[in-house]
Amino acid sequence: MTLALSTHMTGRKQAAGSRWLKLAALTAALVCVPFLALLFEAVQGSQGLWSHLAASVLPKAIFDTAILLVGVGILVASMGTGAAWLVTAYEFPGRRTMEWALLLPLAVPTYIVAYAYLDILHPIGPVQGAVRWLLGYSSPREFRLPDIRNMTGCIVLLGFVLYPYVYVATRAMFLTQPASLIEVSRTLGVSRNAVFRRVALPLARPAIVVGVSLALMETLNDIGASEFLGVRTLTVSIYTTWVTRSDLPGASQLALALLAVVVAIVAAEQYARRRQRFAPNAQRSGGGLERQRVSLPKGLLLLGLCLVPVLVGFVAPAAHLAMEAYARLGFAGLPARFLSDITNTVLFSAGATLITLVLGSAVAYAARLHSGTSSAWLYRLATIGYAAPGTVVAIGLLIALGAFDRTADKVASSWLGFSTGLLFLGSGAALLYAYSTRFLAISAGAMAAGLSRIPQSLDDVSRMLGENASGTLRRVHLPLSKTALAASGLLVFVDCIKELPATLLLRPLNVETLATHLYGEAARGTYEEASISALMIVFVALLPVIWLARVGRGGNR
Amino acid sequence: MDRPLPADPMLQITGAFRRFSDEFALGPIELAIAPEEIICLVGHSGCGKSSLLRLVAGLDRPERGSILLNGVELAGPHTFVEPEERKIGFVFQDYALFPHLTVEDNILFGLRRLPRPEALKRVAGMLDLTGLSALGKRYPHMLSGGEQQRVALARALAPKPAVLLMDEPFSNLDRDLRDRIRQDTIDLLRKTGTTAIIVTHDPEEALSSGDRVVLMNSGLIVQAGTGRDLHDRPVDRYAAEFFCSFNKVPATYRNGSLETAFGSFPCRLDIADGSPAVAFIRPQAITPSHAKDAIAGRIVRRSFRGEIEQIELEIEGADTALVMRTTQANFADGDRIRVAIDPARVLAFAV
Repeated sequence: MTLALSTHMTGRKQAAGSRWLKLAALTAALVCVPFLALLFEAVQGSQGLWSHLAASVLPKAIFDTAILLVGVGILVASMGTGAAWLVTAYEFPGRRTMEWALLLPLAVPTYIVAYAYLDILHPIGPVQGAVRWLLGYSSPREFRLPDIRNMTGCIVLLGFVLYPYVYVATRAMFLTQPASLIEVSRTLGVSRNAVFRRVALPLARPAIVVGVSLALMETLNDIGASEFLGVRTLTVSIYTTWVTRSDLPGASQLALALLAVVVAIVAAEQYARRRQRFAPNAQRSGGGLERQRVSLPKGLLLLGLCLVPVLVGFVAPAAHLAMEAYARLGFAGLPARFLSDITNTVLFSAGATLITLVLGSAVAYAARLHSGTSSAWLYRLATIGYAAPGTVVAIGLLIALGAFDRTADKVASSWLGFSTGLLFLGSGAALLYAYSTRFLAISAGAMAAGLSRIPQSLDDVSRMLGENASGTLRRVHLPLSKTALAASGLLVFVDCIKELPATLLLRPLNVETLATHLYGEAARGTYEEASISALMIVFVALLPVIWLARVGRGGNR
Repeated sequence: MDRPLPADPMLQITGAFRRFSDEFALGPIELAIAPEEIICLVGHSGCGKSSLLRLVAGLDRPERGSILLNGVELAGPHTFVEPEERKIGFVFQDYALFPHLTVEDNILFGLRRLPRPEALKRVAGMLDLTGLSALGKRYPHMLSGGEQQRVALARALAPKPAVLLMDEPFSNLDRDLRDRIRQDTIDLLRKTGTTAIIVTHDPEEALSSGDRVVLMNSGLIVQAGTGRDLHDRPVDRYAAEFFCSFNKVPATYRNGSLETAFGSFPCRLDIADGSPAVAFIRPQAITPSHAKDAIAGRIVRRSFRGEIEQIELEIEGADTALVMRTTQANFADGDRIRVAIDPARVLAFAV
């Protein structure tokens, strides 16, 4: 990291203020480490392995990943946009409830929905059993529904939990469009039913693109669902290349390929939104479009339509997990490992949240103190982790921290006469590192948004009253931004708890979190104990969804 | 700038310069301010008055020159004292009150280095002095604009700054409130013996508020002196027009006087005989007259301004109309009247 730190610092001495810039530079450098390590390792990779990978693994993985992305993209775009249009354009019974209920599937991580449905739709599970009973069959051998363990099943399940990304963005876009746009189009001869296709949809396109790209990022990040359902995506290939073949150069080359897909998605998003940054209309006081009242039968039909994604994406898996967990608790009590799982999960997540909040605030505050191009670059670099799949970050850290751990151990053994063991990888510090790298953008973004609402004169007056930059942060900015920071802390915390791929790769030996325990059971094909873990995760993940629903109620998001 | 500098200045700015963009640079600025003096820094927006204030405050750093406070260098080629170390108070245009702190805690903010009991006593004293005692527990958003301004002033004065800087402190107030608060503020500054620089864009405020007025334009000081000096004896056309609107009459300079269509006026200009010049005639210097050599004109337009009436006169044999201001009220459009010009209140400038 050879970034020029000498911004044209507007007349400030190298004092308290520059400490924040140094901290931001350090943060940005640390965030970049895994990506640079990946690049370094991939370049070094042995030719023999790579040709094997390129011939046997990569084409299939890329093909499957592409199919999955296209399928999930189409599904979330149509479901998310459709649901958003229904709740903003029509008035039907239960509409207000559906407005927030449609967010609920956001609380179900991809690996949990797959885990739940494998059980629900198992040949001897509740659904197939009910179907057979209805049709009068007695055994799965006589009748069974098609297996969901394939690409189609994976696309459908991912679509049903990822559509809220599109729903949130698109609904906000619909709500902030002035009614006058709809009204003027109707005076120009567009029929009520054609408004959606000819006006609303083109207007919402930038929001749809944003939502779809977020959903696709999550798809790329997913490791549990695709593996449980037998889809060998790039992410799964990376994981198995490392875990079963111990081939780190190969895994890093695949990770780079995955990173290329991410970059392609971001580029496609930017391209699709070019010239599409619709300025919010000047007079937005006119209120949104007026909802159309519909007859009762039609209203119930609309309600039914909205209920489908909520039932499939949230109610069914959550209810199933709850029943399984209840049965399990009654049968065997709390599993022995449950308490340690929870302790590990909370400790890692809380630690990472703390680090993320501190470093994210530092990066955002440095950008405020030094309004130059280099601090803006530091901010950008420090927040690039948001788009990187957990697997990519984890493989990068395995390389970098593995090298560091080995060196430290060698130095300590030869000079001090004792072994340090694996400092990072053995202690879980690597896990905190990975979480912080991935989620720094959340806290930095929240802090930057909070700071942008505080006038510069408050900084100035605080300094004129004898406070330096750090004191000003503590006495002025933190008290004024604490709500935004707390909300971002909650988001980071929950994201850490849900995180699976990086946790799988970087947790210390024999340390399980709720998510990895669940993964382990599902991978072995045993579903009993993990239902409690899954239910816990869904329960915690509901917190930010509730917060989002409350924020979204005002119509602004 | 031929006035002598104060003998023992509180604040001394020497050759201070800073470039902000290709189009705009501040300075070099020379300015010395005596203890307990109140200076009004005035000029149109973008003239550099706020930038100068920020240099003094330490919120910006001069590229050249030095700033001394009580003989101690705050900014110079090798020194820069951070703003929090300067003991300079600042009142911002938007008051910059901390929204999460009560009035008391806002005032307390800068008193962290005092022992707590003493700090609280200081706060109570400031609340008393500014008439805010009843509002100590309120939050800024519960206060009126005038009250917020007083809190900002109390907060800036509480640490007993060596110099108080005020950036357009009255511009956010309603007109009638503004005059009263301004007077209260000046009284308070006098009572506490505070050295202050008040930035304003309002000529009337500048003339009425301070001991000295410093007029700036394009990043430079145009003229510094008492309000009377700047108003009556402006050094150039810019300074003249800043404080008053004039009748600008083309003239020729000859034998120590200006020859115009309205007569000749004695003056001293450093230009050759016969050179073109311009006479600046104040509307107030034109009065109805019965003298024999009075100028005859016809009223073409009148506008009533409250205490005075502004009258536009068409003068026979002259291209330009004359504008006069008078308190007399017995004129009608089209009236033919005769007026005289007070030669002592005519300013002469070379073209």
